[in-house]
Amino acid sequence: MTASGSQWASERKPPPSPRGAVAWLRANLFSSPLNIALTVLSLWFLAMVVPPLVDWAILDAAWRGTRIEDCPNREAACWVFIGARWPTLIYGSYPAPERWRIDLVFALGALGVTWLMLPRTPAKGRIGLAMLTLYPLLTFGLLLGGWFGLRRVPTAEWGGLMLTLVAAVWAIATSIPLGLLLALGRRSPRPVIRYFCITFIEFWRGVPLIAVLFLAIVMFPLFVPPGLEFDKLLRALVAFSIFNSAYMAEVFRGGLQAVPVGQYEAARALGLGYSRMMAFVVLPQAVRVALPALVNTCIGIFKETTLILIIGLFDFLAVIQAGMADPAWLAGEHIRTSGYVFAALGFWIFCYGMLRYSRFLEKRL
Amino acid sequence: MWRDPRARSYLLQGLFAAAILAVIAFIAWNTAANLARYNIRVGFQFLDRPAGFDILQRLIPYSEASTYGRAFLVAILNTVVLSAVGIVFATVLGFLIGLARLSSNWLVSRLAAVYIETLRNIPLLLQIFFWYFAILRPLPGPRQSLALPGDIFLNNRGLYLPAPVFEPGSGFVAIALIAAIAAAMAIYAWANRRQAATGQRPAAGRMALGLLIGLPFLAAVATGGPMSWDRPTLAGFNFQGGVVVIPEFVAMAVALSTYSAAFIAEVVRGGVLSVQQGQIEAARAIGLRPISIYRLVVIPQALRAIVPPLTSQYLNLTKNSSLAAAIAYPDLMHVFAGTALNQTGQPFEVMALTMGVYLGISLAISWLMNWYNRRVALRERTP
Repeated sequence: MTASGSQWASERKPPPSPRGAVAWLRANLFSSPLNIALTVLSLWFLAMVVPPLVDWAILDAAWRGTRIEDCPNREAACWVFIGARWPTLIYGSYPAPERWRIDLVFALGALGVTWLMLPRTPAKGRIGLAMLTLYPLLTFGLLLGGWFGLRRVPTAEWGGLMLTLVAAVWAIATSIPLGLLLALGRRSPRPVIRYFCITFIEFWRGVPLIAVLFLAIVMFPLFVPPGLEFDKLLRALVAFSIFNSAYMAEVFRGGLQAVPVGQYEAARALGLGYSRMMAFVVLPQAVRVALPALVNTCIGIFKETTLILIIGLFDFLAVIQAGMADPAWLAGEHIRTSGYVFAALGFWIFCYGMLRYSRFLEKRL
Repeated sequence: MWRDPRARSYLLQGLFAAAILAVIAFIAWNTAANLARYNIRVGFQFLDRPAGFDILQRLIPYSEASTYGRAFLVAILNTVVLSAVGIVFATVLGFLIGLARLSSNWLVSRLAAVYIETLRNIPLLLQIFFWYFAILRPLPGPRQSLALPGDIFLNNRGLYLPAPVFEPGSGFVAIALIAAIAAAMAIYAWANRRQAATGQRPAAGRMALGLLIGLPFLAAVATGGPMSWDRPTLAGFNFQGGVVVIPEFVAMAVALSTYSAAFIAEVVRGGVLSVQQGQIEAARAIGLRPISIYRLVVIPQALRAIVPPLTSQYLNLTKNSSLAAAIAYPDLMHVFAGTALNQTGQPFEVMALTMGVYLGISLAISWLMNWYNRRVALRERTP
């Protein structure tokens, strides 16, 4: 032993490399007996779940055809159903010759949103303002029609993805400014304004949205002068605005509370008035802090738009359900499951997209 | 006067109050005119009239001859029991998934992330419909029920569970259990005093556990096993015995708890991550064992960050339970703001009672949360 010290040193194995696939596996999957057990359990779970899921959704699923007879396998998805109902899913029962209007609104919206989302595009502020003000007006003008020779399409014929997007964009675009006003009012030194805002916010946050929608449908006609009638969709949209502005107010309050008092004092010392102090010093910092919560609230609003089907409007989920109740497609649970899975995928893409974008923004800000 | 900020402030608030009062007066005036036009009488007398409709699930005796007031109570209880069951399952599932998300095992953490990102980005209403219309409704009838372990059966009429039957003598077991809990608490207090006085901690946990299991067990043996299970058994076309949980409840409970668990998992993850690494290192440096590090250092600090958002998740779950109306589970929204409102034609009273209950629950829970927050809040050093 003593004679061959140098040889002894060279015989010793090098320490395991901290890099490479094997080291990664060892550190992340097999570091302790408990971890090995968990890894084996997870792999078993994946083996049990993933192959049947792939079979159901892709390999065994029916992709081609137009009728329910093209989906003979009841143990697999029937995407034929989605294909056959596709125009209704997107446009609802909007009259076919007028559907170019919806396409135009979609295209403008996609263009505006892409412009705002891409980093380093000029005139972001002005485009953003237009998207929050002009775009909703233009959308309602185009979709409703009744001017410039456009045929009037009553809201009862609106539906599908288009109605879901209209409701979501409206709710988001109105609840942000309303919520901001309420949040500022809640921090106002004037007691009348402050207590009004607190009561307003806490009341709407304390009741479920479905109760607010019931209120809009059942009670609203009693609140307006006799004889005056309001559109059902409009009533639902007003309910969305009021309800969600209370949640937005709390989001902005969180952001405003995070701005240090020194920032207010410094702005005052520079001689800025209330509105300039808010616009140039406080709000930019508050919005940055509130951004994750803001996006989460937007995702929540998007998901909540499905509730309008309870009061009889045909949103994306409702048109899929209506398709399942169609006598031509009534036979079989595989139609129902496929419909719900497709609807889930549709909503998931929008919500997850918003989430990923907000994470990207958080990193950049 | 316009230059005096105080006078200006009063004027502004006066105008604001006047504007709000004007809006309220306008609505009140319109409402009065409308009520007169439709000949609606306002008042809560209808609560004493017989309701005349049946309710699918009732926790207290109720029949078609019962009053609207009774129906109101039944509906509130249905909402409360659904929320309570949802909260329990969502908490257990949410903590498990939150801890899995924090696991150092890459695969476990990714699986938890997939669960969270999938479930919370799909509307709850869609998930409720999926469980109810795509999973539970197509189940076979009672004769071909799915048999789950523990004499539990699932079919298109609901979930059949064994029901516990308490025979005379079970009171002694309950008394023994209460005595054991009291003794265990006394042992912990004694162990704390001993540790403070001598530095040695007696094995209080083992003693308490022994008492908690041993005492009720001894009492049960002494009185001859006074508790049994009433198991559901197939008789003819349906099950006899046991408790039946209606499929609407099962769908709501599963959807609510799996959906809320995704949010609770994120709350738990955020709370545990909010404990600074230095705290754990310091605990290790003074020689605490891993279990003690978690019990004495990490969990108390994480709870401070977990409890407020957790409570608001509970609140959301309770409010979300109102979606039960969409699949006709007889909760407050469905029975009262639906059936009762249509039958009585008294929208004001019915909506006021319904919203009052939800508002009351919300305010009570947020009051509790504020109380807890004050109790556990970081006590800043005062110079």
